[in-house]
Amino acid sequence: MTSLDKPGAATGPRTGGPRRRRVGTGGRRGVPLPLLVPGLVALAFLLLPLVALLVRAPWRSLPQLLTSAEVWQALQLSLVTATAATAVSLVLGVPLAWLLARTEFPGRGLVRALVTLPLVLPPVVGGVALLLALGRNGVVGKWLDSWFGITLPFTTTGVVIAEAFVAMPFLVISVEGTLRAADPRYEEAATTLGASRFTAFRRVTLPLIAPGIAAGAVLAWARALGEFGATITFAGNFPGRTQTMPLAVYLALQNDPEAAIALSLVLLAVSIAVLAGLRDRWLTGTGR
Amino acid sequence: MTDIDAPKADLQVVGEQGLDARLVIDRGSFRLDVGLTAAPGDVVALLGPNGAGKTTALRALAGLVPLSDGHLRLDGVVLDRTPPESRPVGVVFQDYLLFPHLSALDNVAFGPRCQGATKAEARAQAAAWLDRMGLAEHAGAKPRRLSGGQAQRVALARALATRPRLLLLDEPLAALDARTRLEVRAQLRRHLAEFEAVAVLVTHDPLDAMVLADRLVVIEHGRVVQEGTPADIARHPRTDYIAQLVGLNLYRGRAEGHTVRLDAGPSITTTEVLSGPVFVAFPPVAVTLFRDRPTGASARNLWRCEVAGLETHGDQIRADLTGELPLAADLTTVAAAELDLHPGAAVWATVKATQTHAYPA
Repeated sequence: MTSLDKPGAATGPRTGGPRRRRVGTGGRRGVPLPLLVPGLVALAFLLLPLVALLVRAPWRSLPQLLTSAEVWQALQLSLVTATAATAVSLVLGVPLAWLLARTEFPGRGLVRALVTLPLVLPPVVGGVALLLALGRNGVVGKWLDSWFGITLPFTTTGVVIAEAFVAMPFLVISVEGTLRAADPRYEEAATTLGASRFTAFRRVTLPLIAPGIAAGAVLAWARALGEFGATITFAGNFPGRTQTMPLAVYLALQNDPEAAIALSLVLLAVSIAVLAGLRDRWLTGTGR
Repeated sequence: MTDIDAPKADLQVVGEQGLDARLVIDRGSFRLDVGLTAAPGDVVALLGPNGAGKTTALRALAGLVPLSDGHLRLDGVVLDRTPPESRPVGVVFQDYLLFPHLSALDNVAFGPRCQGATKAEARAQAAAWLDRMGLAEHAGAKPRRLSGGQAQRVALARALATRPRLLLLDEPLAALDARTRLEVRAQLRRHLAEFEAVAVLVTHDPLDAMVLADRLVVIEHGRVVQEGTPADIARHPRTDYIAQLVGLNLYRGRAEGHTVRLDAGPSITTTEVLSGPVFVAFPPVAVTLFRDRPTGASARNLWRCEVAGLETHGDQIRADLTGELPLAADLTTVAAAELDLHPGAAVWATVKATQTHAYPA
């Protein structure tokens, strides 16, 4: 603090930042009403439901509600399946992103569009599609069942598959964008040093795009945690096995609204934690 | 790392040491066709204007661009279709491309690691290289903490640590400021002199080329237009681009005895006795300007010109002349003032025959 009082420190970079920021926010005087009013309405629209959740939360009975066995079961299942789905997305999605960003093959644009399809597809449709593919009588599921005795629908593994199906595109798109922004000449430099393309990817590209991968993984994880439609369609709603938090919330809302609010609060807290983590660790980290 | 060693086994060996290449790369609108040979210990500079294809040639040597035609042999080994990771070639890239997430030491150790050395061995080798470059105390520094000159030396150490038989340098001094450049150029010259295999560097700066290389290969529009020692090229330029680089007026004509009839029209009298197609070159300082036609002047090379432009050139004024013979003339500021030179002024230009230099085209 004292160093700032010295005359020499006045021109230092530390004082330059806030000053510039002040100039930037000073432009408020010119905001036209047709933009300001709808903008504020939108803000209220986005925040009001969350505020309502906090206002109507049964704060007194909250500890009791949250320590019930069902809640813990659902929360635990949600965390485990979302993390597993993220792991699956990472292991399969990062290589797919690399293929899309770094190789040329016919129909790449189409493949890219197909990869992003689950982003816009209604999750319920995704669940139906998964049933048709991996269900007991599904295109692939039939063989899984008769050859290996593997049944995927209505199991915890099924939850992971449903979540990964919905969440992986987020990761792929995020990582592909980071890869496209990363300078491919580093990979070239690595190959001139004797690295195979895979070694170059592992030892040079991967560390360089790590922030993008982390951001994509968090997005995918959050998406997997909130997954409802595909999960309930493909994996059903069995407490302890396939009943994740969102399913528990929906069910509780019909029998025990207070419990539903409590569960929602937990998910809200997790979301805020994720957002804060993203902001501090990765969003600022990639800027460097 | 056995997958790296494997392709080398079936490489064909055909005779002699050093580099023997003909690089042909066809890109529709642009075609590169460059022949390049060098013995171990040679430092060859590819010199040329932007877009001439120098960097493409370098990338072809490294295997980063496939050859459309031609061949590439290094120490008798055919490398035409060898992937870059299996070529005994080291590259110093223009902006160095040091891996930003690795320390200087690990950047240099990267190559030995890929060649199968253990982590400890690779680091020991890297440390020795950094020591040789005078960078021992910066071994732990990340690239962004290094100055331009230091980064350049780390990049050189990284390329040399793979013990290449061909070292490629793409504009090795272009990223440096003028002062660092002088110092780094001298160091680089020393390291290149110590390097026992072939070194090929690409530059558009004639000074870098002449200081660093034993031999220059000048490329224009994808083709070699001239090659030779720096001294030879500086004395006998064969294209306008090279003449401009080395600061000479250059003309092409047909000689008959002491007289060279230029393709452009007028004649130049020279001291050499030649016949057939020739080049004539003379430096801008050899030109003397007069406002009025000089009477009884001994110079037979006298042309009527007009000043097209003037610019300062060191402590001199360079006059760009058009007219009977387009040429550049250097004169002192005082002389320029006395002649009242300005764009559009009519002048007479003379050159003594003894200051011209004619050579067969």
